[in-house]
Amino acid sequence: MSLRILRPGLLSTVQDRGRYGLQHLGVVPCGPMDPVAFELANSAVGNRAGEAAIEITLLGPEIEFERAALVALCGAQFDATLGGHALPLNRPVMVEKGAILKTGRANLGSRAYLAVAGGIATAPVLGSRSTYLPARFGGHEGRLLRAGDRLPLAENVAPLSHKRYKSLSSKKAIAELRTVGWSTPALTLPEREPIVIHAIEGRHHAHFDAAARRAFFEATWKVTPDSNRMGFRLAGPVLARAEAIEILSEPACLGTVQVPANGMPIALMADRQTTGGYPKIAEIAAADVPRMAQLAPGGQVQFARCTLEQARELRRALRLRLDAAMRALAWMA
Amino acid sequence: MYAEFGDTLDLELNRSLQALAAAIRARGLPWIRDVVPALCGIALYFDPFHPQLPASVLEYCRGLLEECFKSASKYEDSGRSVEVPVCYDLEFGLDLPEVSERTSISVNEIAKRHVKTQHWVLMVGFSPGQPYIGGLDAKLSVPRRATPRTRMPMGSVAIANAQTAVYPYETPGGWSIIGRTPLTVFDPAREPASLFAPGDRVRFVPISRAEFESHR
Repeated sequence: MSLRILRPGLLSTVQDRGRYGLQHLGVVPCGPMDPVAFELANSAVGNRAGEAAIEITLLGPEIEFERAALVALCGAQFDATLGGHALPLNRPVMVEKGAILKTGRANLGSRAYLAVAGGIATAPVLGSRSTYLPARFGGHEGRLLRAGDRLPLAENVAPLSHKRYKSLSSKKAIAELRTVGWSTPALTLPEREPIVIHAIEGRHHAHFDAAARRAFFEATWKVTPDSNRMGFRLAGPVLARAEAIEILSEPACLGTVQVPANGMPIALMADRQTTGGYPKIAEIAAADVPRMAQLAPGGQVQFARCTLEQARELRRALRLRLDAAMRALAWMA
Repeated sequence: MYAEFGDTLDLELNRSLQALAAAIRARGLPWIRDVVPALCGIALYFDPFHPQLPASVLEYCRGLLEECFKSASKYEDSGRSVEVPVCYDLEFGLDLPEVSERTSISVNEIAKRHVKTQHWVLMVGFSPGQPYIGGLDAKLSVPRRATPRTRMPMGSVAIANAQTAVYPYETPGGWSIIGRTPLTVFDPAREPASLFAPGDRVRFVPISRAEFESHR
């Protein structure tokens, strides 16, 4: 009952909802970079929220299915084929035993989630299946997937998948593949760059000089190639501090934008460190972090100043859209 | 959400924050994912999309902190004490000469002063199991290095800003390395996974190069 990785792609990892409750010991939650696309992928195959899936990045993997399985690839628009036919994205597709799913480049966005009915069944570490690359634990041996890896699936993946496929409504064959006539919406893809990301002023906003405070919200920032799951480094104007003060290390958060001494901001992402000693110029609204995560290196972003109240509204609106999308998934009762 | 209660290292404050963290955890609020007592503040991490998330989280947390601050039992010393063997050879203590120059204290004397004082874990963070340890001899306090190292060797014992850190992994770091421990600081397969927890007493014990090797 497993998936065999024939080609690993650029950066493919196993991620579940994340590893919570251990940040006071320095263990960061990890989890999907785009939790919205991740949640849609799990819903599309009938999984509970948070089941482990494969996060693929920019250039996807080639995977052989040793069992029949119901799968969904949601998020960035990847070129993908299943048994030689174009794979319909953002919807449940039945994969036959022995079939090969090939993913190529991402044409829009940079991360997608391959969810399988019953989830990826690698052994949990400290309560989670999420891969934590910097400390090399969780997921599959704590590392990126490689050619030859075999990922365990739920023991009953084949009967479970057939049962779930049967209960789907509006079934439709697309290019000889067994799938449905509907799809989940893309809520996080960067339609037009620069994308606009909302952020509130950070705790140390006032430590920066007037030009830096202005530039942060006016400039167009470019995601640099050395960005990763830990953080997105942003190229643009150098952000100078009004005075050089040593601050004590303190907790950091998903979406914190910190500025090291070189003046180049870093937006902290899923694998970020739990604490840091660099001043925080801004905090990205929780609702916009998944959209930020879909930017590829070279991607452009502008920050729009917002209040805590506005950030809360954005979060509420996203939750409503996500709930509506999940209600629309046509599962027969 | 981060609430700061001071901006200088203070053992009493730090201990009351640990008691506060315990009181908040005891509430078992389903939308709070993590409670992190820090050097002089406390961070509450919540699930932004949790259905039970209060409409005004900030207001709610403010009230929660006030209530828990009152109800928090006095700080209870866990009594845990961690002995950390450290080899202070120049081969490991890469920044000993620089620290010696800055503080006008000889390399040998730095090691002596480091093991002499009683240390405490004030916070664990940055990478899994990495302790921020207070109690450094005031004469050894140096600022962060101007240019951080891209790789701190695993097990490095380093000092900055009146604190000591022990690096569980090979990560970048800007603190001055004075020695290395052969101990495994964090191992997810071990129980407990982390050698250090906030509130632990720490004693550094000098070991020779040969003892360092035999520890591994």
